[in-house]
Amino acid sequence: MTDLILTPNLDNADDVYAAILSEHDGLSPKDSAALNARLILILANHIGDPKIIRQALNAAKTSDA
Amino acid sequence: MTPAYEIPLYPYTRSADQRAGDTAHHPVVIVGAGPIGLAAGVDLAQHGVPVVILDENDKVSHGSRAICFSQRTLQIADRLGLGHPLIERGVQWNLGKVFFGDRKVYEFNLLPETGHRRPAFINLQQYYLEQDLVACIRTLQDNGCAIDLRGGNRVTSLKTRQKGAALTIDTPDGPYEMMADWVIACDGAGSAVRDMMGLGFTGRVFEDNFLIADVSMQAEFPTERWFWFDPPFNPGQSALLHKQPDDIWRIDLQLGHDIDREAEKEPARVRARVSQMLGEGVAFDLEWVSIYTFQCRRMDRFRHGQVIFAGDAAHQVSPFGARGANSGLQDTDNLCWKLAAVIRGKAPETLLDSYEVERVQAADENILNSTRSTDFITPKSEISRVFRDAVLDLSEHHPFARPFVNSGRLSVPCIHDGSPLNTPDELPGGPGRSRPGAPCADAALKDGFLLDRLGWQFQLLALDTRPPPVNGLPVLDLTGQLTPDLKARYLGTADSALYLIRPDQHIAARWATASATDIQSALARAMGHTR
Repeated sequence: MTDLILTPNLDNADDVYAAILSEHDGLSPKDSAALNARLILILANHIGDPKIIRQALNAAKTSDA
Repeated sequence: MTPAYEIPLYPYTRSADQRAGDTAHHPVVIVGAGPIGLAAGVDLAQHGVPVVILDENDKVSHGSRAICFSQRTLQIADRLGLGHPLIERGVQWNLGKVFFGDRKVYEFNLLPETGHRRPAFINLQQYYLEQDLVACIRTLQDNGCAIDLRGGNRVTSLKTRQKGAALTIDTPDGPYEMMADWVIACDGAGSAVRDMMGLGFTGRVFEDNFLIADVSMQAEFPTERWFWFDPPFNPGQSALLHKQPDDIWRIDLQLGHDIDREAEKEPARVRARVSQMLGEGVAFDLEWVSIYTFQCRRMDRFRHGQVIFAGDAAHQVSPFGARGANSGLQDTDNLCWKLAAVIRGKAPETLLDSYEVERVQAADENILNSTRSTDFITPKSEISRVFRDAVLDLSEHHPFARPFVNSGRLSVPCIHDGSPLNTPDELPGGPGRSRPGAPCADAALKDGFLLDRLGWQFQLLALDTRPPPVNGLPVLDLTGQLTPDLKARYLGTADSALYLIRPDQHIAARWATASATDIQSALARAMGHTR
């Protein structure tokens, strides 16, 4: 079983980061939240493994600890 | 036509127990003649246990109430002898539509698994089930069974004794007393028995009000289930429409927190809402209207000595997913064979503790599922609404999002993993759905269906193996008659299989092959004899 990847895994991190943010340009906080929610659901389905999603949730909630 | 629920079905009559000076003594007294209490009575009577059912009323339940009965309930009803009338009258549907705002986001066909005698569920007014159960009781009485259904009998006091309980019962002729070895409390979410014993009932309270209405429509309207999230006719809330027999449609409208209940029940107001929902020009009559709120909660323990709780008296769920009446009927299905075995001296009293273990597990599963549905239908925070709406938006274009849509998960029976009655699985390659603790799935045989061939007692199911004889244990030997369903549901990749099946058709043990000692030991364990 693979684990959640927490080391660099994108060839061009800057492009991906900019692509995500540019989709939020001009959106109200409410519409931004809706976009994020849709994105999370799409990615969760793509990952398809509850164990990885659990690991991602754990990583997300402890990131500022 | 007078609705069924207006006609007294078991009017009060003075019973012999009411003679002054005597205190009658009964092996089993059931409090409550709703579907759960009636089914418990029929079940015990068919096991040969004399039983008295008490209810303060004398009619079936008012209004349609529970309307969705699951396959498991129909299978239990088949064993009780009333599956046929339920199926004959019930409505079956497969097509569902989901609406979000002013648009239909998707529709689905349930495409139920084949090879089952009974459908995944039927829609039927609760009072028809109760009527059929009362008819069943009358037939049992005609055949000399000791089953007594007493309307107009209200339990006003219950005191537990060393063995059993003393009850005081109020009637139109005044009070009388009786003693019971066992009491089954099936007196609903507001259980008086639970209150009299000072027992708690804790859980989560939901504040949303729902309006429930039965409307009759003569017009052609499809037999489908329609569910709306945030519809134009009920902004920010939800709505549900589905069909019952007799051209009756069930409408469920979420009303929110702060409402004027009396104003919402005004027929003119309800009619206006329903008109918006059904569309202009659809003629209908209002049959029944009620407003409810709900809670998800259960008792800590379902067995308190000789007093045992079942159905809504023991656990309460939201209506989403049809887990109220369906789970209550599984309670009594689980309980009655055990209680009959204990009363006959064939099993130790501790067998009844497994009722609590298994049905608490089921109640927790039902509460979990029903709470999740409720949280999806009525989001409790800003962010939960954001995700809910994201799911609905995505579901219009992307099939992946549709399994997230939760307007109620259909009630399926609990698999009692970890039950003290189970013997560890000894069938390598056997299908997971038929592991010890699971209810037997039906399967098409060369002639007929599997569940019809299983009876009311412990028995073996032999598939391509010849079990050693074990005293008094019947064997359904289907060796050489394996169908694709049997192979898929009971054999898996194994070459042979032997199943020990309980009277409630849950699997107690399974092996590839077994010795007489294996079988006797599993049987003893499943009868509550600890090793």
